[in-house]
Amino acid sequence: MNAKKWDKVATAVLTGIAGLIVLLLACLLGYILVRGLPHVTWQFLTKPAQTFTKGGGIGVQLFNSFYLLILAMVISIPLSIGAGIYLAEYAPKNWVTNVVRTAIEVLSSLPSVVVGLFGFLVFVIQFKLGFSILAGALVLTVFNLPLLTRNVEDALKSIHFTQREAGLALGLSRYETVKHVVIPEALPNIITGMILGAGRVFGEAAALIYTAGQSAPSLDFTNWNPMYIASPLNPMRPAETLAVHIWKINSEGIMPDATAVSAGASAVLIIAVLLFNWLARVIGKRVYRKMTAA
Amino acid sequence: MDPIKASLLKKSRAAKSETRGKLISLVCISLIVFIVLAIFYFVASRGLATFFKDKVSIGRFLTQSTWNPSLKDSHGHPEVGALPMIMGSFGVTFLAALLATPFAIGAGIFMTEISPKRGEKLLQPVMELLVGIPSVVYGFIGLSVIVPAVRHLFGGSGFGILAGTCVLFVMILPTVTSMTVDALKSVPRHYREASLALGATRWQTTWKVVLKAATPGILTGVVFGMARAFGEALAVQMVIGNAALLPHNLITPASTLTSVLTMGMGNTVMGSLANNALWSLALLLLLMSLLFNLLVRLIGRKGAMNR
Repeated sequence: MNAKKWDKVATAVLTGIAGLIVLLLACLLGYILVRGLPHVTWQFLTKPAQTFTKGGGIGVQLFNSFYLLILAMVISIPLSIGAGIYLAEYAPKNWVTNVVRTAIEVLSSLPSVVVGLFGFLVFVIQFKLGFSILAGALVLTVFNLPLLTRNVEDALKSIHFTQREAGLALGLSRYETVKHVVIPEALPNIITGMILGAGRVFGEAAALIYTAGQSAPSLDFTNWNPMYIASPLNPMRPAETLAVHIWKINSEGIMPDATAVSAGASAVLIIAVLLFNWLARVIGKRVYRKMTAA
Repeated sequence: MDPIKASLLKKSRAAKSETRGKLISLVCISLIVFIVLAIFYFVASRGLATFFKDKVSIGRFLTQSTWNPSLKDSHGHPEVGALPMIMGSFGVTFLAALLATPFAIGAGIFMTEISPKRGEKLLQPVMELLVGIPSVVYGFIGLSVIVPAVRHLFGGSGFGILAGTCVLFVMILPTVTSMTVDALKSVPRHYREASLALGATRWQTTWKVVLKAATPGILTGVVFGMARAFGEALAVQMVIGNAALLPHNLITPASTLTSVLTMGMGNTVMGSLANNALWSLALLLLLMSLLFNLLVRLIGRKGAMNR
């Protein structure tokens, strides 16, 4: 066979591989949606879960997931923006900065179980928070910080240096330049990264098993006082999230309709992730159009 | 002091806000570094207790193959042999990487050399979605599709390293692919042009020039994928069968470091040997993750030297 024929064969094989991967994703999504969507009803989304009988819902878990997500993002967004500003604007080029960067890289590649166990040891036991939403939110912060920080740093660094010079030339201090010139221009990228980070947090389970706990006590949706023990807003109650719920009912195997419930819950989870991906794109684009003349 | 002198000697509002802003950002970054140090300190202090407080020898811990931390063997040594888990973890990691690499390179070449337009429009979003699917969902699909399929094809219970490998393959594929694409894209255009000008076909150019130049980057991607596979907990735990036995083949139940950790941590008492032994496994995971990081750095340095 000559070179030209080999070229054709290789092209065909590579195209086949690419097609296979697309097919794989289509099968995964199709399977989850076809299996899961029939179970997703309003009842399913709002009713509390059952342990020993059929027909449980995922209401409490769904609420927990969103509450935990919001708490975690509230803690991690300001921290990551501060850290990102330092790395992009202030960090001198020396060995200390190198160590800091390495530390962030190491943190971002740590297995989420290890981060979860660290949270269990420190937040749950040492700080005596118990299995609680707060402990879960703190662990999710640790888990998410390195990626968000890198995202902010990259977004800031992609701003052209003439923008900074213009700010400084107007007599603004470095910090004012960052606040009023650089961050507004980097905002679309920062927001996109934050939403993608939120999607990652939403599906995380391994870090939460031993921090936010594996039980979902029933909630009283009429009392929103955060100090009340069954209040949905109480940050000190144990809170099983949707992802943890899927894991737990599958590995315990005492729920009679575990497969149906986890299929439904998986479908909800996937739809949420798709939604986050889509939002990241749309909001990023819209903010960009609003902030710039383009 | 006259007011003019005072206003000159005082820090301006801008200077104050500058100091404050710098301080705030410095506090944020220090906090992250502090967290990393704290993770190492806490996991190491717990994980080393097995060896220093309970006097288990590190050699035995790494090479013995019976894992039964609450019992003692006939010589009075506690039965904490982590070899089955270590073998399980490395088994699924290497097999998944072995399976994912050709697919990732194929997809990468398709996206950069053959059809960049379709690559960007179709494959890029596909990869982003694959990354986005939560690991428990992969675990659930593994449990309800792959495990029955393995059981049907090869017999046995279906749980085991093969099922774990299949799940991990899908999970690390996007990581390896996106890094492969970056590596291929960073190969300068004139390399390709020079090769094509010599009369090489596109495949010859890709195979003999582009891939060679991109090898360090691709290797980095593979190592990153392996790190992800090694640390993945729930998806693997759901399909591997969770039997702390030395794996003899790919379709009998086995276990990984992460699966034993997730199953066991809730059932042991803090400070007992059984608990400390689990923390030692966590320490092992931590060290492996460091090792993968180091590998990435070494490969990067080697790649930079070859340029």
